[in-house]
Amino acid sequence: MLQAFKLAYRNVGRNKTRSLLSSLAVGVGMALLLLMVSVLEGEMTGALQNTIRLQSGHLQIRPASYDENKISLKWEDLIADPEQVAAKIEALPQVTVAAPRLSASAILTLSNDSKGVQILGIDPESEANKPFRDGMLSGEFIKADDREGILIGNILAEKLNLKVNDKVNLLVTTSNGDVNEQPFTVRGIFTTRTPGYDESTVFMPLAKAQAITVTENHASTIFVLLQNSEDAEAVAQALQSNNLKILTWREQNQFVVQFEDYANAFFIILYLIVLGITATVVTNTLVMAVFERTREIGILSAIGMKSGGIMAQFLAEAVLLATGGVIGGLLIGGAIVTYFTVYGIYIGDYGITGVLFEDRIYAHLTLANTVTLAIVTYVITLVASLYPARLAARMEPVEALHGSGV
Amino acid sequence: MEVTKVINATRVFKIGEVETKALRGVDLSIEDGEFTALVGPSGSGKTTLLQLIGLLDQPTTGSVTINGQDATGLNRNQRADLRKNAIGFVFQFFALIPTLTAYENVEMPLLLNGTKPAARKARVNEMLEAVGLSDRAHHRPDQLSGGQQQRVAVARALATNPKLILADEPTANLDTENGKQVMDIMQRLNKETGVTFVFATHDPRVIGYANRVVTLQDGLITKDGKANGKS
Repeated sequence: MLQAFKLAYRNVGRNKTRSLLSSLAVGVGMALLLLMVSVLEGEMTGALQNTIRLQSGHLQIRPASYDENKISLKWEDLIADPEQVAAKIEALPQVTVAAPRLSASAILTLSNDSKGVQILGIDPESEANKPFRDGMLSGEFIKADDREGILIGNILAEKLNLKVNDKVNLLVTTSNGDVNEQPFTVRGIFTTRTPGYDESTVFMPLAKAQAITVTENHASTIFVLLQNSEDAEAVAQALQSNNLKILTWREQNQFVVQFEDYANAFFIILYLIVLGITATVVTNTLVMAVFERTREIGILSAIGMKSGGIMAQFLAEAVLLATGGVIGGLLIGGAIVTYFTVYGIYIGDYGITGVLFEDRIYAHLTLANTVTLAIVTYVITLVASLYPARLAARMEPVEALHGSGV
Repeated sequence: MEVTKVINATRVFKIGEVETKALRGVDLSIEDGEFTALVGPSGSGKTTLLQLIGLLDQPTTGSVTINGQDATGLNRNQRADLRKNAIGFVFQFFALIPTLTAYENVEMPLLLNGTKPAARKARVNEMLEAVGLSDRAHHRPDQLSGGQQQRVAVARALATNPKLILADEPTANLDTENGKQVMDIMQRLNKETGVTFVFATHDPRVIGYANRVVTLQDGLITKDGKANGKS
């Protein structure tokens, strides 16, 4: 075996340019795969984390009758005494934070413009709303006792040309079906770097949201973050009750998971195309080597090398090409992935209902993905070399010695 | 004792619809220690016969035995195994592996038959010494002259101590001086070690070295006799 590699090493070195180009093809293929895998991983992980952070939490507790799509404000569809419920949940050791939220549809109107938005009544002091507080671009975060202040996203502010301290009207349908319109002041402008969210969400203190929608002491949901996302099912089980619906982040984000499956399936086709091209280059290189070295194959056969030995010779060359390719791929791919891990890829408002994509995708390369791709590249290169290796091994020595074995 | 025996061997090559009968029924027995020349004009079948004896090819009909073992029906790998231990080759075109040094070329058959490193080293050095190339051991073929390359090929052929060496036009690509050197070495080794040599040639100077000359014409042996005054 050592001899096979020794000979293979020298044969690879015979035509350095060709070997280098072949390894480069393997390397570029692998680098491309690393980038694709890391971007997909980054996109999906980012979208899921973003959705959990901003919207779904690890758990949401809602009344059994609450329909998220209708954003019902009927009292029977809401949680009564939400602060007490949240406090009970927060007492559980696995829970980091539990905070009530009230959702309502509204129309934000200006003198000459209007836009449909979603009001989110929140507890401004709660840690659950840290992402919004951290994302403040201008103005100040709302306070619990503020009766006129709201926060708007930067996209909405840009579209309606709104600034801090500007006055707007919000028109909502209350729990009893009446329409209520009140003036508000923009206290601050935030960004979650999620264009769809930042265009349509308006925050106000929970008490004010309850007041304007006539849902006193009620909330649509209790938003729960856990210390460990894997505890979601166990905590949901512990909180199970007849009149409440406990939804885990997995249940709420099934679309993301399905989208990931779909994206994975689609990307597998792309992976196969890239690997197919790489494999073709390797096959081509080794077939050329077989043609060029037909007489040498005949000599080796004449002095007693069996078919397996000749085959091992070309497989060893493929291993060396693959090794060069994988090292090159790790270097090239590592550099590109590092760049996109730091700076991301700008995608803008990539809106898919139910999935909150940030405006940038950051590559995220895991060790498992790197190892898997390195192994896959090796395997594909070896598989690609089987044909030329078999071609060489099946030559009749007498024909090979005359340079006509193929 | 017979080193090889060819019994009623024919070899028919078929290219498209055209059949060419390279050998038409050859019987030949080579005894241990012979220094035999296969001679004849181009196309007479001498190279084909050498390839059948060397198990590089198989007869269309008839059989070939090596050291008493019938090679008929052996598959590619079984023939390679038999070649590895029983037969050495010297080809017309200095058939060395270009990426290996002289030492490594001679070592290759020893690696294939699993000779232990220490014994391998000793044997390679012995063989290179025997062909007068100890000082060229670490040169690659492209750093050696044609004559030196052919001497390396002789050393490689003898490395595993086979009973039979087959040489196809061993001097055809060499000048007179180098051709003589190679033939002198082969003859000396034949006498010193008793190894059997069979070589195909149509060079009269080479034929002069043989103690048996087998003449082929149109795929048949037309004459088989001891060379003038040789024993």
